[in-house]
Amino acid sequence: MTQIFHVSAPQEIIGPALAGKTETMVLNMGPHHPSTHGVLRLVLELDGEIVVNVAPDIGFLHTGIEKTMERKTYQQALVLTDRMDYLAPLSNNLCYVLAVEKLMQVAVPERAEVVRVLLTELQRVSSHLVWLGTHALDLAAMSVFLYAFREREQILDLFELVSGARMMTSYFRVGGLAYPLPDDFLPTAAACIDSIGPHIDEYEDLLTNNPLWLERTVGVGVLDAEAATAYGLSGANLRASGVSYDVRRATPYSGYETYAFDVPLGSSGDTFDRYQVRMAEMRESLKIARQAWQRLKDLGPGPVITADRKVAPPPKSEITHSMESLIHHFKLWTEGFKPPPGDVYVSVESPRGALGCYLVSDGSPRPWRVHFRAPSFVNLQALAHMAKGRLVADLIALTASLDPVLGEVDR
Amino acid sequence: MDTPALLDLIATRLPGVALAADEFRGDLRITVRREDLLALARLLREDPELGFTYLENLCGVDYLGRQPRFEVVVNLVALPAARRVCLKVGAPEDDPRVPSLTAIWPTANYHEREAYDLLGIVFDGHPALSRILMPDDWIGHPLRKDHPLGEEEVAFSFNQERIYAHKPFAKE
Repeated sequence: MTQIFHVSAPQEIIGPALAGKTETMVLNMGPHHPSTHGVLRLVLELDGEIVVNVAPDIGFLHTGIEKTMERKTYQQALVLTDRMDYLAPLSNNLCYVLAVEKLMQVAVPERAEVVRVLLTELQRVSSHLVWLGTHALDLAAMSVFLYAFREREQILDLFELVSGARMMTSYFRVGGLAYPLPDDFLPTAAACIDSIGPHIDEYEDLLTNNPLWLERTVGVGVLDAEAATAYGLSGANLRASGVSYDVRRATPYSGYETYAFDVPLGSSGDTFDRYQVRMAEMRESLKIARQAWQRLKDLGPGPVITADRKVAPPPKSEITHSMESLIHHFKLWTEGFKPPPGDVYVSVESPRGALGCYLVSDGSPRPWRVHFRAPSFVNLQALAHMAKGRLVADLIALTASLDPVLGEVDR
Repeated sequence: MDTPALLDLIATRLPGVALAADEFRGDLRITVRREDLLALARLLREDPELGFTYLENLCGVDYLGRQPRFEVVVNLVALPAARRVCLKVGAPEDDPRVPSLTAIWPTANYHEREAYDLLGIVFDGHPALSRILMPDDWIGHPLRKDHPLGEEEVAFSFNQERIYAHKPFAKE
């Protein structure tokens, strides 16, 4: 039985220290700190350089996204989802859109599903490149940061090509995609996908057998399967500990059950395993992206959004001569579509883990409640367990290896 | 194990527990009273035929105008088979308390703190129930339907002293 530690609130460390009741030192790390991956405040209880306890203090990036969404129509609310996990906006879009589609039972054209898979997998690669770059940067391997961001530029350029925005794309809509694909999408996507693979090998060359890297990551922050499940970890963090839970396999969505890919697993649950799992995940994502690309090519041109005019707006060209289209457009923009009353929960495999959306509808054009199960929010609970008894420098490596994004932690 | 078998198993192991179960869009939801929540939760986690060892999500919903006003929704996953179940527990407005699930699923810790912070639902037995997203000196529970979509007053140099005087760090 692994011991599961209580996850302290910051006041539980600060209170006794202020009252002069502790022998240990309480140190503040953040929220302004180059290595905390965002506005994360860590209250550290230290015995010299050894960490006795860590309490994350979050909420600095809380912008009330869930409450704001209750005031917007379903289509307007989509734009807010980009801003949560800002390194993987398409995954957030997808999670929300799938929840609304599940509630409304909207059928999505196959072309749109394939593009969703293609873009979300490239989003995963782009997010992991940021993770790799910042993780390496925190451990002083600075070149990897620049190389990773160079590769990421290509992916961002592709997103800009399809949606007009590099990051906050909001490219998915309830029923499909926001805009049809541009003509040069297929060749550009192919060039992008093919060029990244060899670069991943370059990063592995720099890090995987590097004695400095191994010193800083092997055996650091070991989390066994039982602890990882108890703390509710997900994504690469959970799989590095040997638990094979990938939402794309467990509850497939957007046709993932028809793609051939492996789910990399680690064994010891240390920082090195988390690194290896994410590197392997990047390669698997490229594999899936290639399959999706081929399918998209074979499908040929066609609609990318549902033909149900009660959900998706008609093309502008129809509005000039069809009264019905004009009325549909008018209703969708002034009132918005109204899902049936009910509640659903949908989760997707975002680069950070299991991202879930719990959506409650009261039959009106605005959601009654939207809650996002943010993987980074839950993953932070494991930080104290992993850092206990280790040095402060290891804490930096551990925060990086958990890969939190504060936009998602705080919403 | 399909839904009727699951419900039968629960009925057999916990005969006194009154449940309401329904399936919507392919998901099984079980509504339970808060008095029976811990017993059902332990059964779902520990029974070898069920094994819901992973708590994926726990959140609160404010159904203002309905009795009970608050609802806590828990999404559980039985990992190897990836079977999912959703538990719902109601809490009335005048006594918004629900038993804490942290002792059974430690990951519930942060989820419950968030539901307490934003909705004011108190989780009995939680080891450290305190605000997690809002500032510690915030009054009110923002996600409640009768709380405005307000904002925190921005501190400029002319009002900085007054605002900071109320902040927790003023005493440190």
